[in-house]
Amino acid sequence: MNFESKTATALANNRAAGKASLIGYFPVGYPNLETSIDAAIAMCQNGVDVLELGVPYSDPVMDGVVIQEATVEALQNGFKLSQTFEAVRRITEAVDTPVLVMTYWNPVMQFGVERFAKQLTEAGGAGLITPDLIPDEAAEWLAASDEFELDRVFLATPTSSAERMQRACELSRGFAYAVSTMGITGARTEVDKLARDVVDKIRKTETKQNAAVGIGISTADQVLEVNEYADAAIVGSAFVKAFQNGGIAGLIAKVKELDPKK
Amino acid sequence: MTKLRDQEGPYFGEYGGRFVPESLIAALDELDQTYQQAKNDPTFEAELAELHRTYTGRPSIITEVKRFAEHAGDVRIFLKREDLNHTGSHKINNVLGQALLAKRMGKKRIIAETGAGQHGVASATAAALFGLECVVYMGEVDTERQALNVARMRLLGAEVVAVTSGSRTLKDAINEALRDWVANVETTHYLLGTVAGPHPFPTMVRDFHSVIGIEARQQMLDEFGFLPDALAACVGGGSNAIGLFHAFLDDESVSLYGFEAAGDGMHTDRHAATLNFGRPGVLHGAKSYMLQDEDGQTIESHSISAGLDYPGVGPEHSWLKDLGRANYRGISDDEAMQALRLLSQTEGIIPAIETAHALAGALKLGKELKPGSSILINLSGRGDKDMETAAKYFGLIG
Repeated sequence: MNFESKTATALANNRAAGKASLIGYFPVGYPNLETSIDAAIAMCQNGVDVLELGVPYSDPVMDGVVIQEATVEALQNGFKLSQTFEAVRRITEAVDTPVLVMTYWNPVMQFGVERFAKQLTEAGGAGLITPDLIPDEAAEWLAASDEFELDRVFLATPTSSAERMQRACELSRGFAYAVSTMGITGARTEVDKLARDVVDKIRKTETKQNAAVGIGISTADQVLEVNEYADAAIVGSAFVKAFQNGGIAGLIAKVKELDPKK
Repeated sequence: MTKLRDQEGPYFGEYGGRFVPESLIAALDELDQTYQQAKNDPTFEAELAELHRTYTGRPSIITEVKRFAEHAGDVRIFLKREDLNHTGSHKINNVLGQALLAKRMGKKRIIAETGAGQHGVASATAAALFGLECVVYMGEVDTERQALNVARMRLLGAEVVAVTSGSRTLKDAINEALRDWVANVETTHYLLGTVAGPHPFPTMVRDFHSVIGIEARQQMLDEFGFLPDALAACVGGGSNAIGLFHAFLDDESVSLYGFEAAGDGMHTDRHAATLNFGRPGVLHGAKSYMLQDEDGQTIESHSISAGLDYPGVGPEHSWLKDLGRANYRGISDDEAMQALRLLSQTEGIIPAIETAHALAGALKLGKELKPGSSILINLSGRGDKDMETAAKYFGLIG
């Protein structure tokens, strides 16, 4: 690869400065397009190092109740897939934070994989996180993400075999998404010890791939703890909940509370 | 030339595959491996056959329905009586097979999704028989229209969870079951009830149901001396249809007809006719035809029959459609209900509303076929569970 991964660069810069990293999720179109763009920009301005912008989808099998309900509301309020690109463009015009789009695979397949990649690049997006696309089924996306110089994040889980871990790390660009627990998204009081094992396995692949730990992280202590052994912590449901309870001001407060760089 | 019936997953043409979170891959690999070993193990086959003989009540019989056929032009109509199986439908064929595999994998907990409740009841039955913990996910809408089956499952010792997300029907029950599986994959087997989902489910579930067509083909030859000219089956996810079709896939003289739920009618947008109106996409772990909008969001389906009320379909059916090997047509709620009543009143057999779609389809098909042709219908389930719906529809109470 002869281009720079936006996501990997952001994580490397933090590492060079001795700082931990925070990846924050927010669903585009929730509760409406304008508010979600404002919320995302506010997150980036207040401590989120990489933004994970979620695409609302009718059948989100990897998501817990908080994110399910938020994305259902976005769809009910008229979210259209093409608004993703508008949101990415306006966010990346306002802040330098890399924006990864998190999407289930069918919307991308229906839009056209290459067309999606092209428009995401043109909008200034960094790449995709694909929770239900495994490397085995990803030939078209691998080609398109190379052509349009996009990051691609595959999942690494506690039950992944060594070979699958190797492949996920080799093919990921930006980071590999270490699933911290056998479960779906949603805040948990204790981040699973499995997270350390997954990150260990990622390190053992000797791919030098970044490992970001997600699922179940909701407190500042957890973010710091994860950053002791991984390259970043990913927070989703806790931010959505903070927004639900206190609007953008509440969201900003939560980002500041969890920001490991303060 | 390779035979159509030798086709195995993960792919049926461009359809099938595994579009699921990485968290499930190890479990799917384990299941695939266990199934492959079992398939080549004569003791497994013998164990399943013995269960079918002494518990399911196989082989199921074939009944010729002459009075019903009088309404279908000049054809003979035969029913493969899966309604006579223990638990009242074809679903038990797959459930017993997968329950044996769960036992082989050492998994003590099974989860299942259900629409009409037939697969849930069959799963709860197998769980009781094998001493497994069982949780059944069922859309809230379906728990209401199939309340009797909810009671049956609970009586059998299963926990029934009413799913309140999305359209609160079968599609969302599958989402919830998948979420449970992601979280509990090491202790739990997901006993998927149709030929959809990620590999190896479409192939494995088909294989467990293929006993329907294998028996029926031999019975037609032995008892009547010919193969039918056409097969008819209802198609939701497609398990009973593929179970009947599979043994006949390479019999060129036999035409295959799948009947989808057209709900309010093929001219309306309230239907579940996935193969007629959908386009290829990814839903519940496999690429196949599905009902979706231009953004790839799944569109909610509509049918009076909970078991056909599903916006997806198994990948092998998508492949057979594209090949032109099988024909898929729509049958409206009313056509199905009229056929349900007709079979009840001409033959004394009350079919499930799902199955009634195949019966209604055969009534139309009979008038198109050459005089003297024969149609074999998979009578996939009995109608006891649908009495409340039928009573309301025909004003039978009060």
